[in-house]
Amino acid sequence: MSAIHDVVIVGGGAAGLRAAIAVAEADPRLSVAIVSKVYPMRSHTVSAEGGAAGVIGADDTIEEHIYDTISGGDWLCDQDAVEAFITEAPRELLRLEHWGCPWSREPDGHIAVRPFGGMKKMRTWFAADKTGFHLLHTLFQTSLKYPSVMRYDEWHVTRLLVDDGRVCGVVALELMSGRVEAIYGKAVILATGGCGRVFPFTTNAAIKTGDGMALAYHAGAPLKDMEFVQYHPTGLPFTGILITEAARAEGGWMLNKDGYRYLQDYNLGTPSPGPVLRSMELGPRDRLSQAFVKEQEKGRTIDTPYGPVVHLDLRHLGEKLIDTKLPFVRELCHKYENIDPVHELVPVRPVVHYMMGGVHTDINGATALTGLYAAGETACVSINGANRLGSNSLPECLVFGARAGTAAAAYAGAAAPAGSAVEAQAADEQRRLEADLRGRGGRERIATIRTEMQTTIEGAAGIYRDGDTLAKAADKLRELRERAAVAALDDASRTFNTELTTALELTGMIDLAEAIVHSALRREESRGAHQRTDFPARDDERFLAHSLVYREADGTPRVEHRPVTITRWPPGERVYGR
Amino acid sequence: MPEEITLQVARYRPEQEDRPTFDEYKVPLRKDWAVLDGLNYIKDELDGTLSYRWSCRMGICGSCGARVNGEPKLTCGTFLTDYAPGPVRIEPLANFPIIRDLVVDLTDFLVKLGAVQPWLIRDEDKPVEEGEYLQTPAELDEYKQFSMCINCMLCYSACPVYGLDDKFLGPAAIALAQRYNLDSRDEGADRRLTVLSQPEGVWGCTFVGECSRACPKGVDPAGAIQRYKLTAATAAVKKLLMPWGQR
Repeated sequence: MSAIHDVVIVGGGAAGLRAAIAVAEADPRLSVAIVSKVYPMRSHTVSAEGGAAGVIGADDTIEEHIYDTISGGDWLCDQDAVEAFITEAPRELLRLEHWGCPWSREPDGHIAVRPFGGMKKMRTWFAADKTGFHLLHTLFQTSLKYPSVMRYDEWHVTRLLVDDGRVCGVVALELMSGRVEAIYGKAVILATGGCGRVFPFTTNAAIKTGDGMALAYHAGAPLKDMEFVQYHPTGLPFTGILITEAARAEGGWMLNKDGYRYLQDYNLGTPSPGPVLRSMELGPRDRLSQAFVKEQEKGRTIDTPYGPVVHLDLRHLGEKLIDTKLPFVRELCHKYENIDPVHELVPVRPVVHYMMGGVHTDINGATALTGLYAAGETACVSINGANRLGSNSLPECLVFGARAGTAAAAYAGAAAPAGSAVEAQAADEQRRLEADLRGRGGRERIATIRTEMQTTIEGAAGIYRDGDTLAKAADKLRELRERAAVAALDDASRTFNTELTTALELTGMIDLAEAIVHSALRREESRGAHQRTDFPARDDERFLAHSLVYREADGTPRVEHRPVTITRWPPGERVYGR
Repeated sequence: MPEEITLQVARYRPEQEDRPTFDEYKVPLRKDWAVLDGLNYIKDELDGTLSYRWSCRMGICGSCGARVNGEPKLTCGTFLTDYAPGPVRIEPLANFPIIRDLVVDLTDFLVKLGAVQPWLIRDEDKPVEEGEYLQTPAELDEYKQFSMCINCMLCYSACPVYGLDDKFLGPAAIALAQRYNLDSRDEGADRRLTVLSQPEGVWGCTFVGECSRACPKGVDPAGAIQRYKLTAATAAVKKLLMPWGQR
């Protein structure tokens, strides 16, 4: 048995749900399927804390948000995409308001905004410090009112079905029953988030294994700018739990072991008691994480069993502000570090947070394969360039989720049904999974290989990189790819077999780790989050260009470059703190 | 502090067992480790066949609920040291069909959630171009608490009424209905009344209050239910007094 829909959406987070609603509103006769390996309200959007940027203040302009985003991205953003994104973001955030999102308010009832890193004006909408949680639940609950949206909850997609360059469905494993089915769709939208779990220390949830990126890559669609990995400067040690940038936006300070606001030593401005936009603690994430490494090299960080840390100081903000604006920060510090930020310093260190790269798409979410779309962190449109600004990712999910949904609906309305060639593909994939569902002998555990992959990529593609280490990592990852294919599967049950899904995730992650390493190796310059110690300067002559990485038939990545779209903002110096 | 702690984990593989059994595992006892870290240690190092749900491990996605020594808990926010020297018994949430090991079937909740129409209902939608619906901080506070539900299902596991009668809408679904009923932007309370005022709606609740004690997010579903009973009773009385259809 197989199912047939007009649009199949893989992933039920902010981008996927927004896309589903967009299809349903574009044409209620179109059948929409959301296929997600977790219940949609478990999606990682839920963990976003600080807010969502959209120009709303009387003193703010679209132009300024565009400039902040482009300079924040070290001029690697496609400027036409940024312009569309920033123009549409406020309307999307308002739409969420109309759907019930409990945005924090001014005393007179208007939407409240807060400052955020790298932003010259206050434009970040927030729902206390659980913005992603409220946004996700609002979208999920709203999606329930559209009868054309059907859900496949806890179905794990393992393959895209491709007929002569045209994507026309997926194969998925239903966790509860172990059934493997083809789910046909005239259009498929990937919205599975990023792949932070490739790294050992990340804010990302367990589910963020880059499935959509790996599916597209495997099917022949190129990934773009994969070498740009965002380290968020303030993660809790051990757990990697995110302490939102809003903590600094509300006035928090970064202190080294001497209690010194060290960011003043890194061309980020001079300290003043209150928060100053685009300055010091409100600089961009790449620069703050790089400053941490420099402090560590100078011996000015604090050693802990879970690596070196610096301190985030919120004590001067006072209990009232913390409880109103940052209650989740207090809850997380209390629960996971047993400290109270009202009275104590919070230990923090940089932590892998977000992939600027992803499936290469155009401004409407269309990928290189006909019928295949991508949106949200899975995609690289690209609006984030070499470094994403905090609070741009939630509106990105909304704007490009909606755009991809609308484009997919228009395409699906006119497209012919899938040809019979894909039935054979689906049968092949069913056989492969059926075999793995019976278990697999093998000497190595999945977790052993996963840990080696994570250690390898952290060592090679961390905050600072160099050619030799990257080249060695590329060799190591190829070896891991071969070992993963024959790792042991002890679980021979059809019912909720999470060992099998873990193995499927691992093979995809190794592909993505290779894509990251090869893209980083080929980019012989330093830009934004990609810092090469052997090529410390930005090189617009050679690398004002996107990396496109394709998977060759034998699994090897092949990297090409294509020019960045520059419209009205010629490349310049990134200036913060002055 | 001892170096290890024993976890007694409920196992149920429907192909193999007709009822749940327990497997014992020794895991490292570390200061920072949550029960979930213990489960992950088992999965990664000892026994790849153990199935359970987890994702964000920061208490917000709602995936990892289980009973720890009989109490419904988020395993990512429950620490092993609090149970030293052990053993610690870990079982699936109560009152739901077990799919496998610690994984329970949530279909019933999803159906009930949809039934209370948990979305903003307006008689007339204002065009987005006209801007936001105004809502003061005080109006936001009216429903904010009920909007904090993470759907983790600990309240259903704790609820003795749901345990006896699975037709009962249950704490989270009612709290989420109230989240919209109390939102100053919403005009859908009448439509939700039909579902909520059924015998299996709010009137099923005998106010045991276990749901509010189990809630890891301070939502207080019991409070939501009690408050709604008053609303439902008032509506019933009004209907008697004004049968010709006034609200």
